[in-house]
Amino acid sequence: MVSADAAREKSNRNESELKIMSPGQLVIKRFLKNKLAIAGLIIMTLVVLFCFVGPFFSPYGEYEIFYIDTGTGEEISMYDTEGLKKPGVGVNVKAPMSSAHLLGTDADGRDVFTRLMYGGQISLQFSVAVTIIELIIGVTLGAFAGYFGGKTDMLIMRFVEIFYCIPFLPMMLIVSAFMMAFGIMPEDKIYYLMLIMGVFNWAGVARMVRGQMLTIRETEYMYAAKAAGLSVPRQIFRHMLPNAIPTIIVMATMDLGSFILTESTLSYLGVGLAFPYASLGNMVNAVNKSVIMRNYLNIWLPPGLLILAIVMAFNFIGDGLRDAFDPKGRR
Amino acid sequence: MKQYIIRRIFTSIIVLFGVSFLIYAMLRMMPGDFVEQITSGNPTITAEQKERLRELYGLNSSIPEGYISWIKDALCGDFGTSFTYKKPVIDVIKSRVGVSFALSATAFVIQLAIAIPLGILAARRQYKKTDYIIMFFALAGISLPSFFFAAVLQRTFAMELGWLPLSGMVSARENYTGFRLFLDMAYHFIMPITVFVITGVGSWLRYVRTNMLEVLNADYVRTARAKGLSEGKVVGKHAFRNTLIPIVTFIGGSIPGLFSGAIITEGIFSIDGLGMTALQAVNNKDLPFLMTYLMFLAVLTLLGTLISDILYAVVDPRVRYQ
Amino acid sequence: MWFKKQKDTSCSTVMRDKNNILEIDNLQVYFNTEAGVVKAVDGVTIDIPKNSTIGIVGESGCGKSVTSLTTMRLLQEPPAKICGGEIRLNRGNEAIDIAKASQEKMREIRGKDIAMIFQEPMTSLNPVFTIGEQMQEGILVHEPGITRKELADRVISLLNMVGIARPEGVVKSYPHELSGGMKQRIVIAMALSLNPSLVIADEPTTALDVTIQAQVLELMRDLKQKTKASIMLITHDLGVVAEMADYVVVMYAGRVVEQGTVMEIFKDPRHPYTRGLLKSRPSADASASRLFSISGNVPNPIGLPNYCYFKNRCDTSCSSCEGEYPVLREVTATHKVSCHVD
Repeated sequence: MVSADAAREKSNRNESELKIMSPGQLVIKRFLKNKLAIAGLIIMTLVVLFCFVGPFFSPYGEYEIFYIDTGTGEEISMYDTEGLKKPGVGVNVKAPMSSAHLLGTDADGRDVFTRLMYGGQISLQFSVAVTIIELIIGVTLGAFAGYFGGKTDMLIMRFVEIFYCIPFLPMMLIVSAFMMAFGIMPEDKIYYLMLIMGVFNWAGVARMVRGQMLTIRETEYMYAAKAAGLSVPRQIFRHMLPNAIPTIIVMATMDLGSFILTESTLSYLGVGLAFPYASLGNMVNAVNKSVIMRNYLNIWLPPGLLILAIVMAFNFIGDGLRDAFDPKGRR
Repeated sequence: MKQYIIRRIFTSIIVLFGVSFLIYAMLRMMPGDFVEQITSGNPTITAEQKERLRELYGLNSSIPEGYISWIKDALCGDFGTSFTYKKPVIDVIKSRVGVSFALSATAFVIQLAIAIPLGILAARRQYKKTDYIIMFFALAGISLPSFFFAAVLQRTFAMELGWLPLSGMVSARENYTGFRLFLDMAYHFIMPITVFVITGVGSWLRYVRTNMLEVLNADYVRTARAKGLSEGKVVGKHAFRNTLIPIVTFIGGSIPGLFSGAIITEGIFSIDGLGMTALQAVNNKDLPFLMTYLMFLAVLTLLGTLISDILYAVVDPRVRYQ
Repeated sequence: MWFKKQKDTSCSTVMRDKNNILEIDNLQVYFNTEAGVVKAVDGVTIDIPKNSTIGIVGESGCGKSVTSLTTMRLLQEPPAKICGGEIRLNRGNEAIDIAKASQEKMREIRGKDIAMIFQEPMTSLNPVFTIGEQMQEGILVHEPGITRKELADRVISLLNMVGIARPEGVVKSYPHELSGGMKQRIVIAMALSLNPSLVIADEPTTALDVTIQAQVLELMRDLKQKTKASIMLITHDLGVVAEMADYVVVMYAGRVVEQGTVMEIFKDPRHPYTRGLLKSRPSADASASRLFSISGNVPNPIGLPNYCYFKNRCDTSCSSCEGEYPVLREVTATHKVSCHVD
């Protein structure tokens, strides 16, 4: 009797322990219930695998140009210096889709499928770097403005407004075009672009973090923290920022997507990432030749769809996270 | 209220000075004599013009001094002469802004007409199939690169099916006038407007849905139901009137932006608006135009924030700025 | 789903007692949440006689608000689901089972037969409409034929009735221009605008200052005399109950643990939880320096045990408490308690 009771008590306790979830677990559970978010997560995993693991399985290099022996129809790689010397060998441009080139070759005779992997890789790395720069500047300044208020806030907010007013895309266009005019090497330019894009985008993050800080500063638990005599950095970094993190994560996820869009737009216009980098926007640029637009869908359609897939995945995940963090929309 | 607006305008002017200085400094920080660099590829520019440019941008002096001399001219209305058009920049902008506005405004109205009803519907069916479908298309639209989507449309409707013109604003060699001209332009605007609408409607949809969700959970909506009002009245009157506050504010704030022109879309479809002119200016390194264009956009943005703040006070009876 | 299936069948029923205005009979309301099924209301039976005030007391989360919202069918379904029981409303010539009524039927009842006063006067009025507009609209729904003049007069007289000075000005003002006490008076006026036979007041004074609380309670008692409406008063404040109610229902973890007349509950509380509640009231002549508090916590609403829910917090539990959940047994004709002990 007693032991049966004890067992029931125990199972009862276990049950209630099982049911109690930390806020983080609840967020994950809610996130996983959102079908669009799951779709985003799956697309993202596939894209990352494709771009970062794919190249190991691809027999071709990013810049490898293929030639063709017009007589025999035999394909020769640019690395095969002996083969290239044969007569009747030309660049194998715009080759159709085949088992050797899954998506054919582009106007320069490079394998589209392989370049797709490298293009996705560079786009992802680029936007992650820009987001990190944006967050470092934005979160720091936003947190200071929100915590200290007064003159610090005034000053930082004026800067936010100034940067907010600078039209981003035209500015990037001009800066990139001038960089090209000045003959900056593409290998260096990519870093400049990252830096400039990060610097011109911190204002949004700062504004948002400041708003969060202002709200959090007025909460009871912050009064308690202040009353307990915690140091200012401890207040900011241990108590305030962690509460702003959900909003920051959501914003960062969405921005990752939008930076990919901006980068590919710049590259499409020919002022973003240029040779030697394969960039998705650059690959879509081929569409400007009307022959390619009409007859070679295999060259420009896949990179465009890949951009769409990546940005969509980020947006789905971001939207799902927002709902998961803030379930008040749940009726 | 009046005082508030005056104060806002005052800070906006300060911000505008900051923006102009930043833009100026960015361009000055480029290494070397940028007049020489930029004009090197442009044989039509005379030595006299180069000198005029150096003077205009104060290149012979330090950055702050140069900025002051530039801003003085700008305040007197002299923004320089466009390299490409050989006309005062202000005149170039004036002549292009109409087309850009017509295009953006039409797209804007269509976007709202789609986003408001669908956003409300999605909110009412939260986490149901309808909501998922609407949100899927909204997010997909936001994620579409406009240049890619434009290419797909051109390939499908102009090249493949031949239903719509590939690009341009009017049919060549037809010389339509009056209503025929209007119809012809409308016909050419179908694809660009589609690009605007599809890539832009998503953010509006999301905005409407989020605001509607918030309002549907409010206590006063429950009160309205408790009175025995029909669901249509509860949503259409009580909830909707409250979501209107942020939406109207947002709409008002977006209006100045309609004048800015869309660089990518206008460029792809060869629409002779401000956006395409800017794109060409980038390619031609038309510095006076670009600098003025950037300032123009900054003014529009500031104007947008100001309008939305004022509208907020007008629409929401709770907010009256002292 | 449930609601659709029942839509076509009639929701008419028969009152057990013609003198009751409302009979909640073995009501079960469950919530399907992410963590599991919450039995928010589980087998609650409450009778509300005509022209009387019933106080429903209990801690937050005991199911008292869910009971009241279900009576108005204002809960979002899903996640909420009425899993069983009836809510019989006496409309004079007919009786309606609210638990099975369609939303169209409910719209007829809301505001007209049953009106509701909410806890937060600050947020329960729509900020963007004038007071007059919001008051008129409720009347207009149920009396579409009313003329503008009559409507305006009715609103003014209602505002006068709840003791609002200068009603002509108040009609034109927006909610944010009024104080909390004024707003609650307006909410009360709105609730009474169609002479409902039952008014549900969900913590009507909790959000107000103490002095205003007294005024609002005074007003409600006064109006009850005039209008002959029954009141279902939801509160956690025993003081309010003692002042206002004729009958008291004590709820704990979704069930009724004790009910009776005010005298019975206050003078002869039988359930250890009721005794705890009464003891934990602060009083001026406190001989004990420490306030009494019931030890332990409300049990997790998911996966409740099958023995008495209060057992783990009870100071009088005995071996019989290990058994099944105790049934509600009669102490007197009006006094019922659900406890094994005593």
